[in-house]
Amino acid sequence: MIDYSKLINKTIQSVKPSGIRKYFDIAAEMDDVISLGVGEPDFKTPWHIREAAIQSLNEGKTRYTSNSGILELRDEICKYYERRFGVKGYNYRTDCLVSVGGSEAIDLAVRCLINPGDEVLIPEPSFVCYTPIVAMSGGVPVPIRTVVENDFRLTGDELRAAITPKTKMLILPYPNNPTGGIMRKEHLEEIAEVLRGTDIMILSDEIYAELTYGGISHASIAAVDGMFERTVIVSGFSKAYSMTGWRLGYALGPKEVIAAMTKLHQYAIMSAPTNSQYAAIEALRNGDDDVRDMLKEYDARRRFIVDGFNKLGLACFEPNGAFYVFPCIQSSGLTSDEFCEKLLYSKKVAVVPGNAFGECGEGFIRVSYCYSISHIKEALKRIGDFLDECKG
Amino acid sequence: MKKEIINLLEKEPQLTNAELAAMLGISEEEVAAQVAELKKMGVIRGQKLIVNRELIGDSKITALIEIKVTPKSKLGFDAIAHQIAEFEEVQSLYLMSGGFDLAVTVTGNTFHDVAMFVAKRLSPLESVVSTATHFILRPYKELGIKMNDSGTDDRGIVSL
Repeated sequence: MIDYSKLINKTIQSVKPSGIRKYFDIAAEMDDVISLGVGEPDFKTPWHIREAAIQSLNEGKTRYTSNSGILELRDEICKYYERRFGVKGYNYRTDCLVSVGGSEAIDLAVRCLINPGDEVLIPEPSFVCYTPIVAMSGGVPVPIRTVVENDFRLTGDELRAAITPKTKMLILPYPNNPTGGIMRKEHLEEIAEVLRGTDIMILSDEIYAELTYGGISHASIAAVDGMFERTVIVSGFSKAYSMTGWRLGYALGPKEVIAAMTKLHQYAIMSAPTNSQYAAIEALRNGDDDVRDMLKEYDARRRFIVDGFNKLGLACFEPNGAFYVFPCIQSSGLTSDEFCEKLLYSKKVAVVPGNAFGECGEGFIRVSYCYSISHIKEALKRIGDFLDECKG
Repeated sequence: MKKEIINLLEKEPQLTNAELAAMLGISEEEVAAQVAELKKMGVIRGQKLIVNRELIGDSKITALIEIKVTPKSKLGFDAIAHQIAEFEEVQSLYLMSGGFDLAVTVTGNTFHDVAMFVAKRLSPLESVVSTATHFILRPYKELGIKMNDSGTDDRGIVSL
């Protein structure tokens, strides 16, 4: 008998599986569960984008593309970043890599920059992949606790306090999953002030960049003075264009870093899915209206759900990004895990405990509003009943 | 703001004024005033339930009838359209471009009901020149709602 625990890489064995897996397996088995748990749009990919992929199939475009991605697509990505977020100066031949989702780009960027022992600063609560990926590279994940009082932004002081001589990279996950927090230009300036004159790199995960509300546009740290040279932007098509299943993302950054990432990508992946790349060209060329329409819909839901939670007595700061709200559930007297488990068993509503996104998410739950208003309404009603029972 | 209110209500007619207010970031009073005005203007005309009667074995017979008419001088198509709209069997009625003038959907309990409606009520009208009746065999989508969609969410319960 082979003892696999001796064979499987020690680091991956030490990475703890997402703690909530178990209870969502239970949820998946239950009938009539009403979920506010998913991190993907309910909209389908706009038809003209699908059409472009179908056309590429009909034209027989079924082979690998260049490792970095179709040149035309890279050109569109660079133009898009300038047009939408004012980041200028990317050369589409050397500074852009098309990846399999934003996730692959995160993995590549970390693996290509981190040596064993390097410290990587990770503001939390945040998306669950950073810590395991850093660990797999032999890096040391250093969580930085962000707080609701600052709308879960990273502050200059918090950053400064976390920096050591071993700090290699800062991950900047804004607009943020799970909190919905964003960083405006002035907040980024504070971060830039701390980093100027250091060699610390920034991995800016901007996958939710199109989803900002209240008339605030996403600000990219790469556009802040002195940050361009140290920033790798990672983004993708999943959230903005409802293209989660297409698995397409990209990285933008200094050509030396992109070259290293491309080398690794070439060995691990070859090239991102060809037909997804054709769809993405169409998305960037003619998708602005779709994004605007979906944003409008999300915005109405966002206001609806924030209002709903506040009325239920679960304080909810107004998130200006992504498609999540992050209400505080401490008034229920329960921990995040207890809250989610009890809510699931007694009312069949699935939400995600905040501590799944880092310890400082304890006391909160992540609620997605990628659902119809009637769905959200029903879920809020059940949560209201649940809270009444908790009190009773 | 009227357009925004209509866009939301069209999709979700049950929204209360308080909910609309939250979604639009305006006061409840403002919503109430706007909705009242929309009703007064005749913009909001009512609401109906969309049902698939097939599923309870209680299908009705619906026909789509193309009608050619002779328009009346001065009144054009309106006079005859208003007259046809008065029939309670008529579910919808549109003035059309193309090969015929009016499109009518008519619902009855049996084929006979619909046939009799055409023969006895519609065709005898003075302005009606001819009719072509198409029986609807099966509804797939009505007013933007799919009739046989299971409504299940293929996204699963949770993704992070």
